[in-house]
Amino acid sequence: MSLTILGTGSAMPEKRLTNEELTHMVDTSDEWIVTRTGIHERRIITTETLSGLGARALSLALEDAGCAPGELELILCTTVRGDTATPALANMIERELKIECPAMDINGACAGFIAALDVAAAYLASGRVKRLAIVSAEALSFLTDWTDRSTCVLFGDGAGAVVLGPGDGLKDLKLTAKPSEEWLVADAPKGNSPFFQGRPQHPYLTMNGQEVYKFAVSSVTRDIRAMLKANGLEAGQVDWYLLHQANLRIIEAARARLKQPREKFPTTIERYGNVSSASIPILMDEMNRQGMLKAGQRLIMSAFGAGLTTGAALMTWK
Amino acid sequence: MLPFHIKVTKKALEEMTMFEKVAEILADYKDIDVSAITMDSTFADLGVDSLDTAELIMNLEDEFNITIEMNEKLSTVGELVALIEENVK
Repeated sequence: MSLTILGTGSAMPEKRLTNEELTHMVDTSDEWIVTRTGIHERRIITTETLSGLGARALSLALEDAGCAPGELELILCTTVRGDTATPALANMIERELKIECPAMDINGACAGFIAALDVAAAYLASGRVKRLAIVSAEALSFLTDWTDRSTCVLFGDGAGAVVLGPGDGLKDLKLTAKPSEEWLVADAPKGNSPFFQGRPQHPYLTMNGQEVYKFAVSSVTRDIRAMLKANGLEAGQVDWYLLHQANLRIIEAARARLKQPREKFPTTIERYGNVSSASIPILMDEMNRQGMLKAGQRLIMSAFGAGLTTGAALMTWK
Repeated sequence: MLPFHIKVTKKALEEMTMFEKVAEILADYKDIDVSAITMDSTFADLGVDSLDTAELIMNLEDEFNITIEMNEKLSTVGELVALIEENVK
C-alpha cells in the first residue's frame, strides 16, 4: 500500500457547549453525561460554515506538509452532511481556498476517514496523483434532536484534514459493512415532492445506544485483533491506538479487551464529543502538533459507524 | 405427586445456575459483592447503567454463545436472567 501522511490540520467552532449549559436545555446532569460518555464539552457551529472549518483544517494541513494549495491533484471530503446537498462539500471547500482540482465527497458515516484513506491509497498506488488531501468535516449539531437528552449530549462539530503523498506509511487497511439501518439513522430531507409515498420522515438522528455500544466494542476489538494477526504483530507492538471518538466507555471497553495501557489510547472525546468521521483526523492532528507521533512509530486507527460500517488501518508514522 | 415435584425442582435449579452465572459476571464487572445481588435487585440500585447492561449482555452472549437483540428495557436482574434463558433455549 503506497501512502504517507505529509501533514495534518484541524479546525473547531468557537462555541464550547458545556454539560452545565445542556442541563438548562434537557433533563440531564454533568455527572450523568460524564459517567456514561466521558464528554465534558463539545464544539458547536454558530456563525461558522462547515466548508469554512474544512478549508481552515486543510490550509493548516497544507502548511504542515509544506505543500502549496496548487499542488493538490485531488480532494476527498468525508461528511454525513455538508453545508449544501449539492455542490459537494469538497467543492465548497475548494471555493474557499481557490483550488481547482477534482474534488468529491465520500459518505462513510463515522468510519468515513478510513474509507477515504482507502480510496486515496488506490489513487496513489495507480500513480494517477502524487498529492491529495482528505478533509473530514462534520456538523452533527444539524442532525441531532436538541430535545432528546439521550442523543444531543453525544455529538459535536469540527473538521480534520491530512495531506497525502506516495510512500510506504500505510501498511494495511480493511473496511467492513453489515447492513442494518435501524440502530443509527438520520433521514435525508424529501423536499416538497407531491409524489413521495414512503414512510413519514423522522427529521432527526435516532440511535439504539445499547446495540451501537455492543457493535462498536465487538467490531473494534475484532478489527484490531484481525489486523494485528494479519501483520504478525502483538498488541503491545503498536505504539498508538486511534479509535473513533464516540464514547469513552467504548474506547475503555475495547482497550480492556486488548489488554493495553490507557496511555496508548489518546482521546479528544472529553473536549469535542463525537465528531463523526472528523474524530480521528482531529485526534491525529492534535497528537502531531504536540509532538506525540515519532518517526517509525506504529499506529492503528479503528472506526465504526452507521451502516453499520467499520474501518481499520495500520500505519507507520513518517 | 413425585414427578411433578422433581420437575419443579429441576426448573428451579436451572434458574439458580443461570442466576448465579449472571450474578457472578455482574459482580466481577462492577466489582461488587455477589451476595448483594438478588433476582429482585434493580440495575439502578446496583449502580448498573444502560451501557453496563450492554457490556453484561455481551459477556453473557460469549458465555452462552447466543445473540440477544436489545429492544426492551431491562430493569431487574431477574428480567435479564429471563431474557438469557429465553435465548439459550
